[in-house]
Amino acid sequence: MPHQLAWLIFLLPFFSFMLIAFILRPFLLRWYRLAAYVTILSIVGSLGLSLWLLNTVMGAAEHRLEIPSVQWLSIGDLNIQIGLLADSLTAVMLVVVTVVSLMVQIYSQGYMKPIAGDHEYSTKGYMRYFAFMSLFTGSMLGLVMASNLLFLFLFWEGVGLCSYLLIGFWFHKASAANAAKKAFIVTRLGDVGFLLAILYLFLNTGTLDIEAIHALAAAGAISTVVITWAALGIFSGAMGKSAQFPLHVWLPDAMEGPTPVSALIHAATMVAAGAFLVARFFPLFEASETALTTLGIIGGVTAIFAATMGLVMFDIKRVIAYSTISQLGYMMLGLAVGGPALGIFHLFNHAFFKALLFLGAGSVNHATHTFDMREMGGLRKHMPWTTATFFVAALSLAGLWPLSGFWSKDEIIAESWDERKIMFVLVAATAFLTAFYIFRVFFMTFGGQYRGKERHLHESPAVMWLPMALLGVLAIFSGWWGVTGGFGSFMGHGETHSFVSGFFAFLTDPVHHWVAWLSLALSGLGILTAYAIYSARWVSAEGVGRAFGPLRTLAFRKYYLDELYERVLTVGALLNGLFRGLEVADEKGVDGAVNGVARSVMAGSRGLRRAQTGQLQLYGATIALGLVALLLAVIFLG
Amino acid sequence: MDLQAVAFYVLAAMLVVSALAVVLIPNVFRAGLFLVLAFFAVAGLFTTLGADFLGAVQVLVYVGAIGVLLLLAIMLTRDVHHGSPGNRLWLPASVLGALLLGGVSWSLLNTTWADKAAEMPVPATAALGTSVFDLQNGFILPLEIGALALLAVVIGAIVLVGEKK
Amino acid sequence: MSIGLEQYLLLSAVLFTIGLVGALSKRNAIIVLMCIEIMLNAVNLTLVAFYRYGGLDITGMVFALFVMLVAAAEVALGLAIVFSLYRSRETVDLAEMDLMKW
Repeated sequence: MPHQLAWLIFLLPFFSFMLIAFILRPFLLRWYRLAAYVTILSIVGSLGLSLWLLNTVMGAAEHRLEIPSVQWLSIGDLNIQIGLLADSLTAVMLVVVTVVSLMVQIYSQGYMKPIAGDHEYSTKGYMRYFAFMSLFTGSMLGLVMASNLLFLFLFWEGVGLCSYLLIGFWFHKASAANAAKKAFIVTRLGDVGFLLAILYLFLNTGTLDIEAIHALAAAGAISTVVITWAALGIFSGAMGKSAQFPLHVWLPDAMEGPTPVSALIHAATMVAAGAFLVARFFPLFEASETALTTLGIIGGVTAIFAATMGLVMFDIKRVIAYSTISQLGYMMLGLAVGGPALGIFHLFNHAFFKALLFLGAGSVNHATHTFDMREMGGLRKHMPWTTATFFVAALSLAGLWPLSGFWSKDEIIAESWDERKIMFVLVAATAFLTAFYIFRVFFMTFGGQYRGKERHLHESPAVMWLPMALLGVLAIFSGWWGVTGGFGSFMGHGETHSFVSGFFAFLTDPVHHWVAWLSLALSGLGILTAYAIYSARWVSAEGVGRAFGPLRTLAFRKYYLDELYERVLTVGALLNGLFRGLEVADEKGVDGAVNGVARSVMAGSRGLRRAQTGQLQLYGATIALGLVALLLAVIFLG
Repeated sequence: MDLQAVAFYVLAAMLVVSALAVVLIPNVFRAGLFLVLAFFAVAGLFTTLGADFLGAVQVLVYVGAIGVLLLLAIMLTRDVHHGSPGNRLWLPASVLGALLLGGVSWSLLNTTWADKAAEMPVPATAALGTSVFDLQNGFILPLEIGALALLAVVIGAIVLVGEKK
Repeated sequence: MSIGLEQYLLLSAVLFTIGLVGALSKRNAIIVLMCIEIMLNAVNLTLVAFYRYGGLDITGMVFALFVMLVAAAEVALGLAIVFSLYRSRETVDLAEMDLMKW
């Protein structure tokens, strides 16, 4: 098949968006299900093409394809191409995005089903939802394929826009509208850095083509200072999108959106775009020790920091959201210590089990109509499929052998032992916390007795649990790609070896086997602790909470960061400081100058208007005066 | 002194006197009559210059149309009893006029003119007609535009003066 | 003393000046219109003199013809305006016509 077909991968969802938004939604309200079918069909098409592309890239030399690009802009000497980059990174990301997106769209048919009470409104919402989801999928696919910084930035903002639209999907709820705004603004803070980095790179290299920049960096044609600043700027964009400390505050609030949105955008794909971006520009990071260290430290701090907040939340989605932030920190750390092979491997595994966790939370919500875990419990009796898939995903997240989460997490822990011991401590502690909080969720939700008020607890329809089951299979097996070293070698890092030796390598590895044992032990300990407190109740949860009193409060209040931003940054620094200063400068300086000019003009006019007598003959006399003056000037001077 | 010189001086004296009378005498109606006299004098001067067609047109248009129109206007406005007073500008206007006249006279007396005075004036009516109506190099288009302007003026005057409902 | 271009031009200048002073200093709108006609006649005289004594060829007469045309239009319109003003203000005194004042 010709390589140009790759264009269709991201164009198909765009077509779907246009079809739904401009034809189906305004005209075909009765057949609202068409919106879902169109979306699913387009993503099936994208998935098929992505798998074909992955297969082709695997067989291609150096794991990359040449796809002819198109001239977009020509300004003087500057030619900007719209081109696609088809390398191993792109191919993996395409498969992740299309698979998760497809599962989420299928699931959404059940979750977003129009409610009987308010049929027309919710039907329109249903179609709007699928239109946005198509737009998001298209933008995300375009983002991972773009070969040009400007083009990439376009899609980068595109997914940000979709995130905003979908978080604020129930915009009539003030909290959702505010969460959408918060997400948009906080992300934008990081994007400023990204945009500056793009301009800075362009200024110093004269090109916007990603591979050309990499080639220049590899050839040593760009100075280290430039590379460091550019890498830090790119990382600031990634921090915003991937909710890294201290720009993580928007992601928990983003849970106001519909749960499938959280699964797709705020767990599997868009938030991982930050990690993808770092991986895409990894040659720049590699060339700068400072940037790489920053990446690792921010990642490690985020990982443990978010995990502690996940320990104490009662909202099931928020716990998973903090888990996402924490795991994104893992990815950043993985990128810092092991390059794209490691960071993207974790992204790849994480996408499936984290999406599954969110879909599970959505399924629970579908039955109980709440997200508060204190009003759940005992759901395993009513929701066998949800319980089973959630359990698999939780195990995978906790990193138990041989589920997918284990392979990438273990490698990250081992690599950080080699690189920096302090990072090792951070990720090892996080491994324990991760196992604990996710099983706290599991035991509180599915174990024990039901504590809520809902009468008719029921399993979700097949359209919802089927995609969950498929994701569950992936949550078990996706990591096995890395067992043979296949993923690493595909990403251009390491050799392949036999499956069996890889499968049991953690037992036999002469250097790191104790690391694997330690991480397994920590995970097991975490699960056990959660069991002890929330299921067997050997220790009461309240007792533990009191023992950690102030710390617990600190974590529960999210380290007061929201308050800090709100009071100190927004109100204190911006509102009272900068904006007040600007106001004064505006009133006194700008307005003063304007009013001064106006006043002097008015004074001048007040004098001048005396000449405006309305007497025609005076004007005539003035003309005659001018004529005489000219005449005399010609006579005496000319 | 030849006949043209005699005619010129007589007509010039008549013209200057009647023009001054238009400006100076207080009776508006008489000023109008002096204006008609001035128009006649100008028509005579045209004739001395060999432009007898223009002289005829001068009599028809200025004396017949404009002069009569002005006199009619004077009678219709019934403002005759106010006379023809000057305004505050009469002194500066006179000074300006004197300066202008002095400047123009000085410059035209100090210019060497290509004077073809020796030839006797020849009536040029046919040449004028050819020049105006010639399709290649003539003034037929400006003439049409002028006709259109006159039409517009007629309509405009009717609109301005016509009874308001 | 033979008559030449200079005499005609001087006469024209005198006539123009009389018209100008009158147009600037008279208060009666109709007198002002008359003075403007005098000025236009002065210009016509110049044009025709230039036709006769060189400088301008037959075009001089053509121009004079057009000036007459415009003068006729001007006086018709000017008188219409004066009438209109007289009807609404009962006067043709220019000193009282200062609607365009600040």
